[in-house]
Amino acid sequence: MLSRVANSLYWMARYIERAENIARIVDVNLQLLLDMRNLDEKKLIEYWEPIVQATGDDEAFFKAHPHATGQAVTEFLVFQPENPNSIFQCICSARENARMVRDQITTELWEELNRIYLFIRSPEARKVWDRSPSEFFQEIKSASLHVIGIINATMVHDEGWWFVQAGQFLERADKTTRILDVRHRSLPERGLPAAINQTEAVEWSAVLRSCSAWDAYKTIYGADVHPRLIAELLLLDDSFPRSLRFCVRELNRAVRHISGAQEGYFCNDADKLTGRFLAELQFSSVEEFFEVGLHQYLDDAQLKLNNIGVALFNAYIYQPFHHPDETHMVQQEEQQQQSMKAEL
Amino acid sequence: MLKKYKVNGGFDEMLCATTGVRGHYQKFHKSFEKMKPAEFDAKREAIDTAFLRQGITFNVYGDAQGAEKIFPFDLLPRIIPQKEWELLERGLAQRITALNLFLHDIYHEQKILKDGIIPEFYVLSARHFRREFVGFNVPKDIYIHICGTDLIRDKDGNYLVLEDNGRCPSGVSYVLENRRAMKRAFPGMFEGIGVRPVENYAQELLKSLKYIAPHGMADPTVVLLTPGAYNSAYFEHTYLARQMGIDIVEGRDLLLKDQHVFMRTTKGLKPVHVIYRRIDDDFIDPTVFRKDSMLGVPGLVNAYRAGNVSLANSIGTGLADDKVMYYFVPRMIKYYLDQDPILPNVPTYLASEKDDMKYILENLPNLVVKAANESGGYGMLMGPKASKAEIEKFRKLVIAEPRNYIAQPMIYLSQHPTYCDGKFEGRHIDLRPFILSGERVSIIPGGLTRVALTKGSLVVNSSQGGGSKDTWVLYGDE
Repeated sequence: MLSRVANSLYWMARYIERAENIARIVDVNLQLLLDMRNLDEKKLIEYWEPIVQATGDDEAFFKAHPHATGQAVTEFLVFQPENPNSIFQCICSARENARMVRDQITTELWEELNRIYLFIRSPEARKVWDRSPSEFFQEIKSASLHVIGIINATMVHDEGWWFVQAGQFLERADKTTRILDVRHRSLPERGLPAAINQTEAVEWSAVLRSCSAWDAYKTIYGADVHPRLIAELLLLDDSFPRSLRFCVRELNRAVRHISGAQEGYFCNDADKLTGRFLAELQFSSVEEFFEVGLHQYLDDAQLKLNNIGVALFNAYIYQPFHHPDETHMVQQEEQQQQSMKAEL
Repeated sequence: MLKKYKVNGGFDEMLCATTGVRGHYQKFHKSFEKMKPAEFDAKREAIDTAFLRQGITFNVYGDAQGAEKIFPFDLLPRIIPQKEWELLERGLAQRITALNLFLHDIYHEQKILKDGIIPEFYVLSARHFRREFVGFNVPKDIYIHICGTDLIRDKDGNYLVLEDNGRCPSGVSYVLENRRAMKRAFPGMFEGIGVRPVENYAQELLKSLKYIAPHGMADPTVVLLTPGAYNSAYFEHTYLARQMGIDIVEGRDLLLKDQHVFMRTTKGLKPVHVIYRRIDDDFIDPTVFRKDSMLGVPGLVNAYRAGNVSLANSIGTGLADDKVMYYFVPRMIKYYLDQDPILPNVPTYLASEKDDMKYILENLPNLVVKAANESGGYGMLMGPKASKAEIEKFRKLVIAEPRNYIAQPMIYLSQHPTYCDGKFEGRHIDLRPFILSGERVSIIPGGLTRVALTKGSLVVNSSQGGGSKDTWVLYGDE
């Protein structure tokens, strides 16, 4: 498979997964606000700030907006074209990557990506948003789930599909750690969290719902919300499909299918780092994470995931050759069109 | 639904002003008249939505948002009876044979110049003549593997050749997609009417490409080289690659080692043997042609010269696209094949010839003037429709650079009923058949019918508000 194609498939998957995660975070938190009382502006800002941080784009955000007001945050995360990780841009990037490899993906997949792309660029998207943000997010979330379903049901499960898997689970793992991190300020820096009050419980359940984990949590632990159990579910559960451990396990499966290395061995850094991280998750308990401090642990986890992404890129995509300046290339592609006689 | 339709002068493909619906449109007309306007509207909208959803679009340049538009599609098919198609097929095969012989000759002995059939000056001054390739033998001696020749019909219905596209002709993906859309919209019609299928174009193309593999290799790796996702024909590139089951590559995916071409894959470098390139000569290798090209592959021409990779079309075929060379095609046919051209050219005047120049300057308001190496409806004067200022501008251009201009009488292209703003009206059309040269010449039945959607317009290019129609070649004549 062409390296460029593998790269596009990987990013297509990452962007669509990212759009879905951001949709869930914003959706849940907008709804949560409805349950809160006595909110002054300061509290509101305190409320939204960690959410911007959860998306990892706080620097860009605070450059454009002095205060994290609800309006500014939602606009930034949903529509802002200048934010490369807004839902709008994620959809555009997913679709653009798909377009680059249009010949490698199935018609069904392309049409669904194209459909959601046409939707989010249409005036209709704003109308839906103004009428009901929740309906808007539903559209994004189901499009993403639809895409994942189509990928699994229509694509040949060959190397390209494994790159899609790698992208999807790497992104999902990263977003799960970030969502869990949203409420870290309410936790002690180190050590197990104490029992929580009712307001906090509502806030923590929002974390679960941001990860589509509310139902799973209730089934496993019952209705009592506790940060320790939430962390256990989101980080270490072996069967919940958005937990860190689950995602890293799937990521491990993908990188091994791509490289051909057996379990227990490695042939490049991507195999090595993924296998090592998976072993750590398989042989850890959540108490140990709280001992180093949850926030600290999540930070480290994000760094590890990042390094795996870099290792994948180095092993399969990066080739030491001249990377031309993008704008210049676009110009030439257009120019060639102008000069080409046989164009339509 | 066509009751109110009027033939307003000129040649109408479907209706004859005196005898009504032409024979080869009878069956279609009968089933079409049974359709209710609402049903027609529904089908039309369904097809437009489907095209947009499927991303069957072309890029609009200069739009920061990277907007894509669908190529407007008209549901009324253009129908060609068998007898007419046979004539076209023979004429096109004759023409491509002569063009390939001409290119071979020019890049070798140049007999046609030595015998004084074509003045040497015109060839040597052609912008796309690649003197670096004189004496070079291309695989299987085929220069133009894929040709798009534009045909029009005059007011009496005679077919004329308007131009040859021997570099990277595009549009064939629309032929295939238009047919798919029509089959979905009118499933009942095809069998009853007897329309020849177009589906096997991709297989034929792949066959032609494999035929030129270096060293007679049995199972070569064929790739399609695209300028990239921002090129207006990108949809077509991905479409054809997918249909042929080959990789689509950009210049940056390829690299050269010891005069062999490789592509960068996740498993390392993989050799490439045949390249269907949709990049112009100028951009294909920065070490030979345009130094600033970032779309091409440095060293590719070396590998090509060494015979380790084959290109389709060959380098230097742009010479045959030159509108001045076009003027000489009938002479080529006579010279190389000793035949009379089956499909005539449009009468053409060369500004470099003294008498022609005089005629051109005296008759500018009645002529169409074209730059020898432009396309897409650019660099063109439509005398009868132009303002005084435009005419004077072209007068200066022609005098300043006579080698770069030709003139032709204004041809009123044939018309075809077309759906426009709620009713059917006549619109001008042309036809671009696609001719493949491999082990033998093969032509996809029909081709792309382009239609000028603006009333009275004679310019069918998509950049100038053109659309397309499905083209039906019948098994019979009715």
